[in-house]
Amino acid sequence: MNADDQDLLDALLEGHHRALARTISKIENRAPGYRNLVSELYAHTGNADVIGITGSPGAGKSTLVDKLAETYRERGETVGIIAIDPSSPFTGGAVLGDRIRMASTIGDMDVFVRSMSARGTLGGLSTATADAVKAMDAFGKDKIIIETVGAGQNEVDIVRTADTVAVLVPPGSGDSVQTLKAGILEIADVFVVNKADRDGADRTVQELREMLHIGADVGFGGSGHHGADAMAGAGGTSTDDTDTDADTDADTDADSDEPDDWTPPIVETVATKGTGVDTFIDELAAHKSFLVDSGTHAEKVRQRYAEEIRTLLREDVNALLESELESAGGVDELAEAVRTGETDPYAIADDVLTPVADCLSEAEIEAVQAELNSQ
Amino acid sequence: MSSEQDEESQSQPQSHGQGEGRSIRCLVAKVGLDGHDRGAHVISRAFRDAGFEVIYSGLHKAPDDIVQAAVQEDVDVLGISILSGAHDTLVPKIMDGLEEYGAREDTLVLVGGVIPEEDRPELKEEGVAAIFGPGTSIEETIEFVRENAPER
Repeated sequence: MNADDQDLLDALLEGHHRALARTISKIENRAPGYRNLVSELYAHTGNADVIGITGSPGAGKSTLVDKLAETYRERGETVGIIAIDPSSPFTGGAVLGDRIRMASTIGDMDVFVRSMSARGTLGGLSTATADAVKAMDAFGKDKIIIETVGAGQNEVDIVRTADTVAVLVPPGSGDSVQTLKAGILEIADVFVVNKADRDGADRTVQELREMLHIGADVGFGGSGHHGADAMAGAGGTSTDDTDTDADTDADTDADSDEPDDWTPPIVETVATKGTGVDTFIDELAAHKSFLVDSGTHAEKVRQRYAEEIRTLLREDVNALLESELESAGGVDELAEAVRTGETDPYAIADDVLTPVADCLSEAEIEAVQAELNSQ
Repeated sequence: MSSEQDEESQSQPQSHGQGEGRSIRCLVAKVGLDGHDRGAHVISRAFRDAGFEVIYSGLHKAPDDIVQAAVQEDVDVLGISILSGAHDTLVPKIMDGLEEYGAREDTLVLVGGVIPEEDRPELKEEGVAAIFGPGTSIEETIEFVRENAPER
C-alpha cells in the first residue's frame, strides 16, 4: 500500500469522516490501490450489526431507515447508512434521492449516509457495497443499514451482505399469488408491513402469514427464507459452527424440522409517525441473537465471504475477458459478424476463450514442472 | 477555481461520467428559506442525463446540513441554488464548513440563482468557482462541470 493510502487508512481508523467518505469513493471508482486498502480494512471489521432493508419503490424504506437511525442514535449507537438507487442504463447518470428523506438525523455526523448507484456493472455493485460496509465497520459504526430498491436479483445479492434482512411490504401489494413468487420475499428475516394505517394493511399481514404458514407446512427452509438459516438446517446435526458442513449447498435439502428455526416475524409500522419502530428494532435484535445463539451467524458470515470471493473472481475474470475482446478487435465487429450470419455467439465465445484456457493449462503445467524440479 | 487547477484538469484525459469506474458526483443544494426548487430539479435531471450522479438535498437546509452531505457523499461538485438573496451569509458558512473537514480545496462549488452583479466578486473570493444567473444554458453549466470537476 502506498503512503497516501496508508494515511487514508490511518485517518479512517482515527475516525475522520472525510477519510471514510474518500475510502468509499475509492471503492466505488475501483481507484488504483483500492484493493489493498480494502484488504487492510478487514482486520478492523466484525463489530457492526449489518441490516439490509429492501422493498418495492414507495414502500417507505427511506423514511423507516431514518426513524431507525434516529432510534439507534437515541440509544447511543452510531449508524452508517448505504442508500442504493438505480442508475440510468443509457447515460450512467443517477439521481440519488434517499438522503432527502433522512431528515431526523440531519446535522448529526454520527449518522453517516452514503448514496450509491448501480453504475451499470454486473455484480459490481454488491462488491462495492460489501466493501463500503467494511469501511463503515472499520470506522466503528455500531449499526450499518443497507437500503436498496427491491427490483431485481441485484438487490437480492446486495441485501445478502447483511446479517439481517428486512423486507418492506406495502399494503395492497397484490394477491396471495404474489407472495408465492420467488425472489425478494424469500430473503426476509423480518417482514415489515409499513403504512400499516392504510386500508388493506390487515389483509397484507394476513397474506404474509399464510405464506409463512404454507412455507412451514411444505418444509422449505424455515418458511421461505433460505441462505444461511437453511444452511443451519442442512448442517443442523452439529452444534459446532466450525464444522465442515458449510460445504453443503445452502439452498438445497434444507428442512425446517429444527425446533429453533427462525420464522420471520411480521411487524407493522407507520414510518412517518415512528409507530412500530421499537418493535421493529426488537425483532432485528432478536434475529441477531438467534443467529449467534444457534451458531448460524458463523455459517452466514462464512457464506457471505464465499460469495465475496466468488464475486471478486468473477469480476476479475470479466475484466480479463473484456481485454481479450478488445485485443480481438472489440465486441462490435464480432456482433456485426453474428448479425450478418457469418458466425454465431457460441463459436465466438469458443474462439475467444480457447487461448485463455490454453494459457491457464500451460501455466498449470509449468507450475507442476517447477514443483517437480524443486524436489 | 484557481488557474493551476484549471490547467491540471485540462492536462489530464477526461474519463468522467461514462461507464464503469469514475463518475462525477454532484450535490445540488437548496440552502436557506426560499421555497422554490423547480430550478434545482431541472438541474438535477439535466446532470443525471449528462451521466453525473446527483444527490439532491431537498428544501430548507442549513449550511451545516449541506456541509455534512457534501462531506459524506464525497462530491466533486457542490451546486448551491439560492433565490432568497441570503447568499452573502449562507455561502461563506458553507465554505467554512467545507474547510473544517478539509473538503474545500477539491470541491468545485457553483452558485446558481439570483445573485446581483455587485455580490459576485465576494463570492468568488470565498472560493466559488462560477456563478450561473438566470438565463444560463444547461449545456453551459454541464460543460463547465465537465471541464472543471476536480481530478482526484
